[in-house]
Amino acid sequence: MIKATLTGQRLVAVFLLGCVLVNYPVLSVFDPAGTWGGIPVLYLYVFGVWAAVIALMAWIIEC
Amino acid sequence: MTGSIIVVASFLYLAFLFAVAYVGDKRADAGRSLIANPTIYALSLAVYCTTWTYYGSVGRAASSGLGFVPIFLGPTLVVALWWFVMLKMVRIGKTHRITSIADFIASRYGKSQLLGGLVTVIAVLGVIPYIALQLKAVSTSFSILTHYPAIVMPAKSETVPWLADTTLYIALMMAAFTILFGTRHLDATERHEGMVAAVAFESLVKLVIFLVVGLFVTFSLFDGPEDIFSRVAEDPALRHLTGMEAGGNSFGNWFALTLLSMLAVMFLPRQFQVAVVENVNENHLRRAIWLFPLYLLLINIFVLPIALGGLIHFAGQGVDADTFVLTLPMASGHGWLALLVFIGGLSAATGMIIVETIALSTMVCNDLVMPLLLRYRWLALQGREDLSGLLLGIRRFAIVLILLLGYLYFRLAGEAHALVSIGLISFAAVAQFAPAMIGGMYWRGATRPGALAGLSGGFAVWLYTLLLPSFAKSGWLPIEFLQVGIPGTEWLRPQELFGLKGLDPIAHSLFWSLLVNIGAYICVSLIRRPNAREAGQATLFVDVFKQSRPAGDAFWRGSARIGDLLPLIGRFIGPERARGAFADYARSRGVAGVDALPADAGLVHFAETTLAGAIGSASARVMVASVVQEEPLGLDEVMNILDEASQVRAYSKRLELKSRELETATSELRSANERLKELDRLKDDFMSSVTHELRTPLTSIRAFSEMLLDDPRIDLTERKRFLGIIVSETERLTRLVNQVLDMAKIESGHADWHNGEVSLIEVVEQAVASTSQLFKDKEVALTMDLPESVPILLADRDRLVQVVLNLLSNAVKFVARGEGRVAIHLCDTGEGLRVDVADNGPGLTEQEQIVVFEKFRQGGNTMTDKPQGTGLGLPISRQIVEHYGGRLWVESVAGAGACFSFLLPCGKSTEGSEEAG
Repeated sequence: MIKATLTGQRLVAVFLLGCVLVNYPVLSVFDPAGTWGGIPVLYLYVFGVWAAVIALMAWIIEC
Repeated sequence: MTGSIIVVASFLYLAFLFAVAYVGDKRADAGRSLIANPTIYALSLAVYCTTWTYYGSVGRAASSGLGFVPIFLGPTLVVALWWFVMLKMVRIGKTHRITSIADFIASRYGKSQLLGGLVTVIAVLGVIPYIALQLKAVSTSFSILTHYPAIVMPAKSETVPWLADTTLYIALMMAAFTILFGTRHLDATERHEGMVAAVAFESLVKLVIFLVVGLFVTFSLFDGPEDIFSRVAEDPALRHLTGMEAGGNSFGNWFALTLLSMLAVMFLPRQFQVAVVENVNENHLRRAIWLFPLYLLLINIFVLPIALGGLIHFAGQGVDADTFVLTLPMASGHGWLALLVFIGGLSAATGMIIVETIALSTMVCNDLVMPLLLRYRWLALQGREDLSGLLLGIRRFAIVLILLLGYLYFRLAGEAHALVSIGLISFAAVAQFAPAMIGGMYWRGATRPGALAGLSGGFAVWLYTLLLPSFAKSGWLPIEFLQVGIPGTEWLRPQELFGLKGLDPIAHSLFWSLLVNIGAYICVSLIRRPNAREAGQATLFVDVFKQSRPAGDAFWRGSARIGDLLPLIGRFIGPERARGAFADYARSRGVAGVDALPADAGLVHFAETTLAGAIGSASARVMVASVVQEEPLGLDEVMNILDEASQVRAYSKRLELKSRELETATSELRSANERLKELDRLKDDFMSSVTHELRTPLTSIRAFSEMLLDDPRIDLTERKRFLGIIVSETERLTRLVNQVLDMAKIESGHADWHNGEVSLIEVVEQAVASTSQLFKDKEVALTMDLPESVPILLADRDRLVQVVLNLLSNAVKFVARGEGRVAIHLCDTGEGLRVDVADNGPGLTEQEQIVVFEKFRQGGNTMTDKPQGTGLGLPISRQIVEHYGGRLWVESVAGAGACFSFLLPCGKSTEGSEEAG
């Protein structure tokens, strides 16, 4: 039960982190157009954070 | 491609889907559930992705770049909170057999039929645009595909007569299919395992097909994503799509959409249905927390390439971006791929429509129609034996009605909007459930009027700022409505309420409706205390995880008969099923059979919960109340029950405290026991010391007496010497006995203290006078240093003299003959009067400084030297000084003399004497 609560708290932390990363003002840092490896930086950033959040949640829950 | 091929392919697919559902149901009946694993659960949650995602995301991306992302980012983030929130919802749902979101809210706020009805109305009206969206997507894709290989955008539906409109037939076909899926029989728990299996399957289908199209567009039509993005970067008309501000996006709207989708993914009726009602095992939630967002990411990964690729490919051709997923394969001549895409879209639409309409029809039946029937046609219901058929009929009728309403909205307003805009209207409607739901799970003080006020206020604002404007935009209401709202009230413009500008309509409506909703919910709840029933339900919901919470049957009191309850349940879920459920319950209670069940609160609670699974908690309450005699509980009694629960907690806390106290008491006792043992040992030591000390003089007295007795020829001088020794030994014996008695008296507190006014100067002088002969005999110099006057003490003069005498005689005992010097010094320190007796004798080691104050311990080596005293002088002196609140101590360095001092406080000696007297 204690472990389950800890997992829950970690997930809440991930939620807060995710909210900060994909909202103003952090998001505006990546707004100026530009490409990285041929792909617009903003697209890469948003999808990257998205994937990272999922990976974090999977890691927290399954490990 | 002819319409018939498409229709045949569609029916084949739907038949296959039905087969999956059929197998799922059969396996469930056989007890080998097909859906009892977390991956299936996560896939069924993906019913969130409808044709909106399948076609609409591309359309939105084509106009606003990343604008489609918040709809999926919100759920991705909010599932992280499901560990706490959704788990609680599932646990509550299972405990109380909640069948829908309306049931949840109604049950929480005192099983209120009114509240259940209101939630149902909001849900139906709110979700209808969403269903219209699915119909629009299927009919549009169908119409486009029939023109293959040409790409022709479909004509406006208004130009087609109603009965010739394919959309109407699609709606009716969907209704038939849903009825087949969801209402073949009535289940006591409202769970549909076959449906969940089919939904999970269709989730897989739409994902795979969308990924195939994405790969095809990205790598077959173009040379990978770099190719698409580099072409976009070269095109000035498209370049802006790679930034945040594309298509009227702003950070404010982005945030609003994220929040909106967070709420929608929890409170859409179909999401509640698959996540809470259809949940098989709470543990499935764990994996779903990351698997479901992963699904969302995968299905969106090719949205931007398809959207941008479509914009490049169809530049200037007037192709609707909502159809790119379908038209891109068509344009490149891949007819079969296009057919597959259509099947995928159909899959997404059917999944959504089936789950949504089943959830809505359950609500309509349990929370809208049943209460009305119970109220106005109670007598008619009374005559029927089996009502399960009636229930199913109501649900089937509701399904057809909801789909027809969806079609109606599609005809009236659907054409004017893109897919995503329609869906967002529904999202904003279901977001109104959030305060009552979340507040209900965590806030005990929320009341039924509060929930009613919040929901109706938020719903009214939504209606005014979002739904009516959507009619106005499509020309069904006068377009002036958007500019002025209700004539004469410019500040009430629907999409600029109170002059609020700068937000898009969705964010604007979300802000105002949630503000009104939460504000009313809190303020109205705070007007009065929760009543008995609200307080009881609040505890059952808020404390669902607590072990010591009161059970559901704690809040019922009255009398019932099993002969009334069993037929009642049987009428709604069928007599056999009811008897089976009661038999299971009897077994769990350890009773022989159904008829042996005691008709107590537990049984009534069980019957009510079972019935709630079929007709909703509010209706079940009314039904059960109609066949049992019950006494309503007052608020005080409910509070007492709640208190009992907290009393149990308090009691266990007190127990813990007690046991801790016991532990400390035990350890105190143990140490007291140790002390007693030590004292006992000291007593023994004392006794043996005393007898030893008594024997020494007795031995010598006896020896000399015997000598005198035995030998009459001893001359006179010898005789005198012997008698002198005997006398002095007898004196020593007397002194010893006196001192032992003295010591015992002082220690036990029975000593006589003859207190009077004493001057320490006189005491010292008297003691010095008494010992002067001793000093002379041993040729020891004694110096006195006395002040002229000292404060008068109230004490026993003889005792103090005894102390000084003792110190002086000790000093003279240990100094060397002829060279010895002893100094006595009296002074008045701040603390009190202090007497020092210093000598230049051998001094004391640190060890000796401690032992000299113990009884019968003497300075010097007792093994070799002859003891010169009783060994009780210092202990007695110390007792006397301490009796008057003072202290006696020694300072010494071995080989350099010793200084014994005592200090008597001036004030305290008086008090000490009073105590003693």
